[in-house]
Amino acid sequence: MTIEVKNLVKRFGSFAALDGVDLKVNDGELLALLGPSGSGKTTLLRIIAGLDWPDSGEVAFNGEDALAQGARERHVGFVFQHYALFRHMSVFENVAFGLRVQPRAVRKDEATIRARVKELLDLVQLDWLADRYPSQLSGGQRQRIALARALAIEPRILLLDEPFGALDAKVRKELRKWLRSLHHEINVTSIFVTHDQEEALEVANRVVVMDKGRIEQIGSPDDVYETPATAFVHGFIGESIELPVQVEGGVIRLGDRPLRLAADGLAPGASKLFVRRHDMLVGPPGSGAFEGAVQHVRNFGPVQRAEVALSGGETIEIDAPRDRELRAGDTIGLEPRRYRIFAGA
Amino acid sequence: MTMQIADSVQFPASDAKSRVHAAAARDTLRTEPRAVRIAIITLAILFLSVFVVLPLVVVFAQAFSKGILAYLTALTDPEALSAIKLTLVVAAISVSLNLVFGLVASWAIAKFEFTGKTFLITLIDLPFSVSPVISGLVFVLLFGAQGYFGGWLRDHDIQILFAVPGIALATTFVTFPFVARALIPLMQEQGTQEEEAAISLGASGLQTFFRVTLPNIKWGVLYGVLLCNARAMGEFGAVSVVSGHIRGETNTMPLLVEILYNEYQFVAAFAIASLLAMLALITLIAKTILERHLDEGHDVNDH
Repeated sequence: MTIEVKNLVKRFGSFAALDGVDLKVNDGELLALLGPSGSGKTTLLRIIAGLDWPDSGEVAFNGEDALAQGARERHVGFVFQHYALFRHMSVFENVAFGLRVQPRAVRKDEATIRARVKELLDLVQLDWLADRYPSQLSGGQRQRIALARALAIEPRILLLDEPFGALDAKVRKELRKWLRSLHHEINVTSIFVTHDQEEALEVANRVVVMDKGRIEQIGSPDDVYETPATAFVHGFIGESIELPVQVEGGVIRLGDRPLRLAADGLAPGASKLFVRRHDMLVGPPGSGAFEGAVQHVRNFGPVQRAEVALSGGETIEIDAPRDRELRAGDTIGLEPRRYRIFAGA
Repeated sequence: MTMQIADSVQFPASDAKSRVHAAAARDTLRTEPRAVRIAIITLAILFLSVFVVLPLVVVFAQAFSKGILAYLTALTDPEALSAIKLTLVVAAISVSLNLVFGLVASWAIAKFEFTGKTFLITLIDLPFSVSPVISGLVFVLLFGAQGYFGGWLRDHDIQILFAVPGIALATTFVTFPFVARALIPLMQEQGTQEEEAAISLGASGLQTFFRVTLPNIKWGVLYGVLLCNARAMGEFGAVSVVSGHIRGETNTMPLLVEILYNEYQFVAAFAIASLLAMLALITLIAKTILERHLDEGHDVNDH
């Protein structure tokens, strides 16, 4: 099932939750909607599910207008951040719900329903919890039951709203891997919303980065990390050093200090220079584009993280390999191995 | 309502332990001197005995003062039986009406956003803030012979005032807020996610209501119905204005108690009163049980 979203707009009062969003999701894809809170990613997901309605724009499933249908007819599996399990039903009945509410004409008989639920509980590896109630489960177990419940109706599309948002770090990591292998197994077109970049990069085939109701970039995890399309994406994904610079007459300046960096093809004016922390190479004073004094150093396993006061006035944090120990008070030269400059303040 | 870590449900032992700790912590927090504590507790017990327990005992003592036979005779008197019947009928009508109204109103208020919501909430509380006598008078002004609809009603030979419909209307008005008041906070707390989940799983509106919403609020519904019923059976002021006090016809139990008392038929008056007192006791017990269920419901799905 493909999903196509065209020029979607949704306002809450004067706040534009979605401000002209275009998106195409391929069949069988596992897509991540990544963005800070308030970027519109959950609104987009809810509109695709039919739980919210856009002010204007189109949503099509396999070329068919989805907005003509209610949530009930769309046949979309939705997994909520806070699980939304039916609290008065056992795990078994929760998973069976979607099968039991089908119109009488297509409803399966009790034995088939039981077999199907059993199969789904096996799939999420929680068949031993069938008789428990949601309140007796851990967060990770609840989320897996919620997923099994959504899969029971054999959805055409699976939508997950911050599926691991309410779980602790360790369970999150386990469930991420599990979700990926599960998707591999069932291969249904899936979209999940997250504000956690690591989660998006690790799980998804493609990542959609959103901010302020707009899509900033769509690409593979490598694309969005290695070649961010906008300043926002560079700042949001991965740990970046962000420096305000001026481009003038083919020279890039940080404060008063001209930087020995190529300025070819850059628009003149206030710009932002982005460098990944680990792309700043340390050398002797005078050796690189920047110069600075080490303020203090902390060790993180294979790297040392140093706070460096640049002679341009800014203070940055860099990650350097441990082969050359840095000490507070050292004066060092810094050369960005790779960097990007985006116009605008 | 306490936040509960999901895992603690699986380990009742640690739960019990934490309860012991909590009790110990409470003890150390108790800083008042012993004498002060005893004085305060004695005062509270004294007050409760004089103002709550004593009147209750007096009701039953008076009812049985001429023996059990006199008590039973008083209760089986045709006038008494008719009052009991009328009270039950009126309560049944107004509780059912308010159950439907309360469900609809709290559903609308808790699950949807619309303009005028605050106004509706205030309106629901209106019967609580108006004196019951005024509530009764409103219906006299509307349906009385000189009232807005009086002429039309007379022309069509419909009797509302001084008959069962008037009493039921007045009682319904007075007991209007109970069900809605019990349900609105409960439904607001539960939110709409379970309903959304049900609909995305293919459930229709009715299926969602009966399979998801109603089971989640059933204890709240019972709680509201219980309080509504207690007030409906005990209402005096509003009913007194619209009833007309026709003996054996439009007297409810509370009205009959007053009439009998004024006629110095103390045993009969207190016999009926004892029934109302018993209703109150049963209501209290049921209320305690329901509140326990409601508290349990709160813990579910905490995260």
